[in-house]
Amino acid sequence: MADVVIEQGGVARTARPRKARSLRNMLGRKSTVAFFLTLPLILLIGLLVLYPAFYSLYLATLNKAMTKFVGLGNFTFLFKRETFWMVVKQSCIFAITAVIFKALIGFIVAHFVHNIPGKKQRKWRGMLLVPWVIPPAMSTLAWLWLFDPSYSAFNYTLSFFGVGPIPWLGETFWARFSVILVNVWYGAPFFLIMYLAALKSVPDQLYEAASIDGANWWQKMWYVTLPMMRNIIAITTLFSLIVTFANFDIVRILTSGGPLDTTHLFATWAFQVGIQSSDIPLGACVSLFMVPILAVAAIFILRDVNKRGNEA
Amino acid sequence: MSTLVIDKAGPTRKLGSMSRDRAWALRWSYFFLVLFAIFFLTPPLYMIITSLKSSAEISAATNPWWVFHPTLSNYVELLTSNQFLRFFWNSAIISIVVVIVTMLISIPAAFALARMKFWGSATLATGVFLTYLIPDSLLFIPLFKMLAVIQDLTGITLLNRWYVLVFIYPTLTVPFCTWIMIGYFASIPKELDEAAIIDGASWLQTLLRIFIPVALPGLIAATIFAFTVSWAQFLYPLVFTTSVDQLVLPVGITTTLIKGDVFNWGQIMTGALLGAAPPLIIYAFLMDYYIAGLTAGATKG
Repeated sequence: MADVVIEQGGVARTARPRKARSLRNMLGRKSTVAFFLTLPLILLIGLLVLYPAFYSLYLATLNKAMTKFVGLGNFTFLFKRETFWMVVKQSCIFAITAVIFKALIGFIVAHFVHNIPGKKQRKWRGMLLVPWVIPPAMSTLAWLWLFDPSYSAFNYTLSFFGVGPIPWLGETFWARFSVILVNVWYGAPFFLIMYLAALKSVPDQLYEAASIDGANWWQKMWYVTLPMMRNIIAITTLFSLIVTFANFDIVRILTSGGPLDTTHLFATWAFQVGIQSSDIPLGACVSLFMVPILAVAAIFILRDVNKRGNEA
Repeated sequence: MSTLVIDKAGPTRKLGSMSRDRAWALRWSYFFLVLFAIFFLTPPLYMIITSLKSSAEISAATNPWWVFHPTLSNYVELLTSNQFLRFFWNSAIISIVVVIVTMLISIPAAFALARMKFWGSATLATGVFLTYLIPDSLLFIPLFKMLAVIQDLTGITLLNRWYVLVFIYPTLTVPFCTWIMIGYFASIPKELDEAAIIDGASWLQTLLRIFIPVALPGLIAATIFAFTVSWAQFLYPLVFTTSVDQLVLPVGITTTLIKGDVFNWGQIMTGALLGAAPPLIIYAFLMDYYIAGLTAGATKG
């Protein structure tokens, strides 16, 4: 409607400036509209994501009472603490092991689901995706109960095989095993869904052609399935790496970092240091250590996403 | 592994044995699927089993996988407890408001980014995607301090109030929803909105009459995503709220049902199950949209 009105106004005036001005008005108006449409988004990201991100850089340079600038004092303090290096190690062990197992289980189960007839796939897929749908804080409580030191249902079952009782959350090795297990349980369905979608997008003709050429199962997998799925495998893995590395809920509820801080991740340790011990600068400092690995993963994801955009 | 061996021999044999191989591959697939389904469904099933037990039965340490005296007392107790209903109410109102806010922010933005090429639009779209990759565990400390500072400056109570979560949660939902909506909007043929513009529709009319109806599946997927994310969020409410009447469900269950060292497991499992129910119900009815949203995030754009 607005377009028409403006042009009518322009008709009364001389021809050439009218054309130029209405064009400029149009452009001006379109970008103005676009600006207002994106303004809430820009404000939200600017005020509640970018600003806090830089603010935490500033916070990390203050002393505990936040009264004095200490430069890199917090960082050098962290480097001298043994717990910090343990957290770095545990975060890497946790993220890498969990992502590998999630990817493997997702890949294997996706093939099994893909194998069975189409009608039943829906039912199975629906069942296998349940762990991903339950809020992780809620399902981790169920795991906590399964791992309970005196009433553990796992230990009860294992006792029939003459195994156990296993101190699921009481010993460093088993506690690390348990948090990874719960994370794999929670995250594998995501991989399953992504890989299943990727499997379905591979044209049947490629497999038929491979069969005619005498390719065996392994060759079909290596030369057809994997190259076709490469992109999704890469993106899913990187995504999951970020989420797993920044995980909080599972470790917080299951072990709160124990025993003896050996299962702490960056997020849970930052919470303990920054909020529970109210040393905000040190907590900010701890969580900032997540940035390098997140940045590397993000760059790779972005490269992949852009590449796909260009192909399309 | 077994399917490996069987399929390998497939192409070289005769037709009859091939179909027999396929039948075996199918059987093995089912066998392993059952194993994985047991692994995936054990915790939720155990939640249900425990929620039906009385405290006495739990502490009697009978077979944990079986309910000998099923009772609904845990459910009755929780659903008549004002505290629990308060958690539920807080979670529900926050999630619903967050969904509305998210849609109001991300739909117009996605429309502008998908259709109006303006200065910096490509950068902004990339920026939105990058924001999606910034985890909550990186921002909770500066946000906590920010809220404290604003509270001191303005005198408005922000910490320990549930409504502050309504402002914080969109940082988790908006980037992803905008991102998948850009994908859905961009897939709408240009001829459609060009025709609308030629017919004299304004941008707003194009958005409301053309884009939203056509991209409705994407919209539903984004809504489901926003709801489940805000329902499940645990870190922010744990940091920003402490009073019992301000807590949301996940934090409420983990902090209040555990009294000292006494774990009332029957009630904890019932609470967790009730807390997991809304996302599960949505998932049961709208599974296809749910999965579309999940896969669109990484495959579109």
